[in-house]
Amino acid sequence: MAEIRYIKAVNQALADAMEADPTVFLIGEDIGAAGGSFKATRDLLDKFGPERVYDSPISEAAITGMAVGAALTGMRPVVEIMFMDFTTLSMDMLVNQAAKARSMFGGQGSVPMVLRTPHGGGLNAGPQHSQCLEAWFAHVPGLRVVCPSNPADAYGLLRAAIDDPDPVIVVENKALYAMKGDLPDDREPIEIGKGRIVRPGRDATVVSYGAAVAMAQTAAETMAEEGIEVEVIDLRSIQPWDEDLVLESLTRTHNLVVAHEAVEAFGVGAEIVARMADIGFDQLDGPILRVGAPFAPSPFGKTLEDAYRPDASQIVAALRRTLA
Amino acid sequence: MKLDELARLHRQMLVIRRAEERLKKLFADGLVPGFLHLSIGQEAVPVGVSQALTDNDTVSSNHRGHGHTLAKGVDLNGFFAEILGKATGLCKGRGGSMHVADLSKGMLGANGIVGAGLPITTGSALALKMQGQGNIAVVYFGDGALAEGVLHECLNMAALWKLPILFVCENNGWSEFSPTERQLATSLDKLAKAFSIKYSAVDGNVVADVTTTAARLVKTMRKTSAPAILECSTTRVRGHFEGDRQDYRDGDEIAALSERDPIRLNAAEMAKAGGTPEMLAEIADSVDAEIEAATEAALEAPLPSSADILADVYTKVAG
Repeated sequence: MAEIRYIKAVNQALADAMEADPTVFLIGEDIGAAGGSFKATRDLLDKFGPERVYDSPISEAAITGMAVGAALTGMRPVVEIMFMDFTTLSMDMLVNQAAKARSMFGGQGSVPMVLRTPHGGGLNAGPQHSQCLEAWFAHVPGLRVVCPSNPADAYGLLRAAIDDPDPVIVVENKALYAMKGDLPDDREPIEIGKGRIVRPGRDATVVSYGAAVAMAQTAAETMAEEGIEVEVIDLRSIQPWDEDLVLESLTRTHNLVVAHEAVEAFGVGAEIVARMADIGFDQLDGPILRVGAPFAPSPFGKTLEDAYRPDASQIVAALRRTLA
Repeated sequence: MKLDELARLHRQMLVIRRAEERLKKLFADGLVPGFLHLSIGQEAVPVGVSQALTDNDTVSSNHRGHGHTLAKGVDLNGFFAEILGKATGLCKGRGGSMHVADLSKGMLGANGIVGAGLPITTGSALALKMQGQGNIAVVYFGDGALAEGVLHECLNMAALWKLPILFVCENNGWSEFSPTERQLATSLDKLAKAFSIKYSAVDGNVVADVTTTAARLVKTMRKTSAPAILECSTTRVRGHFEGDRQDYRDGDEIAALSERDPIRLNAAEMAKAGGTPEMLAEIADSVDAEIEAATEAALEAPLPSSADILADVYTKVAG
């Protein structure tokens, strides 16, 4: 076990994947000499050279589409989109091309590409550099979406994403980039689609992913002081998400809250709630509640952004409501 | 160009022409689901370009892509079955006219989004360059795509990174229902100059000229890996899609198109080179027989099973 920062775990995963497979290459804005806006690709240009690490012009649509074409031509490209907000410029290539190529070509091939991109607020980066748009991608058949909450997962999920034969969107949380955690020595990929119980509990379940996992753990600690044991699930993967794990937990705790940093309305939480209201209805002792950001663009100013971002107290409030 | 080569090109153009004429009829009979965009009048472009390509070179195409697909050598039976939405189609009936692909032939797909083939092909060119085998990528697009943002991104990228991509613009003067002069403030030769990309223009309805020019460009590209642009002026005879009455077009303009018919022009070239009417008839008969066989097979082929609705969305099913 080595202690490592989240951003360094991303860097290590990229380096290990490139070492293991010569068809893996990186493309993105300022990822070469500058090492990436958040330094995820630091030193990789020196290590692997300009034939494997492409510092691209500011052309999100083109580089995403190029990844599709390169993937269809036998390579495993990893695209970095500097902020998740900028994936709006890549949408045709992701939604109409990458996601559909395998299906609409009758399974002739696949598009083994990865698109890494950071979401989330906390940096006062304002409305065009803070959004959590993962639900959009999870809505598109053909794409996979993962969102690691800690360094070990950032490593393992990215390795799995690069190994995956289909397009995977790896959503990193920029507020977590400096987070430290243990990276297992074996450095194995983590299976996409499997969640993890990060804190067991008997009285209620909080399902979360990304930065909301730590908030859920804080909320669980608060509730534990009152003798209420909250189970916290880290989904790790959003598309597909671990329905079996959530249902199994609900079957034990009978109360469910879903928490994420993204806007609450029409989000990932809505899907989980709807599914559990269907297949878990008989298990429910209270309403299933969501915690997410209000229905407004992510604001810039500190007081506004602090008020906008969900936190542990909102998860506690939701837990109290569902348990009432 | 020698007679036997002209005859070979002629046959390939005629396969596309007769295939589309057959599809036109099938469409009118209600046997083709969805939309159908025909490239009648534009056959010389893909036939000419494809002479320079192998199965290891990649191409991608657009909504008017039947010619690009057939010229790349994809199986005619699979092609017809796909357009008729049959289980035996190249894409198992899940793509249709706008999404025919045959990855084994380097055909990376037609496309329903104008200009979308450009980044895909640019990426394919990057992959081919990395693989270092001297293969190249070709993207077919219309003049309508010149107004798409990704075109400019891709011209920049291809020039900047010296990628082996041949940009083949089929300029038929129409962007769907609008004439190009109402769509574009510039022209492709000026764009080529702006991005320092080698540019050639050719009469896209003279198959021998397209063949010769494309061969020259591709030969250089295999050595240098640098991009090139080939602008082919050509003619869209049919509407934007089948069923489009083309009320927005001048009747005289459409009537005059037959004089520029690439098949007619090539037949004249063949006659000059010593070709006979019997020779042309022989080609036509053999093409017709091939098209008829593919049509019959496609008509008789089974429809996809509704049980397969989730198949091939992902390579691996999770869980």
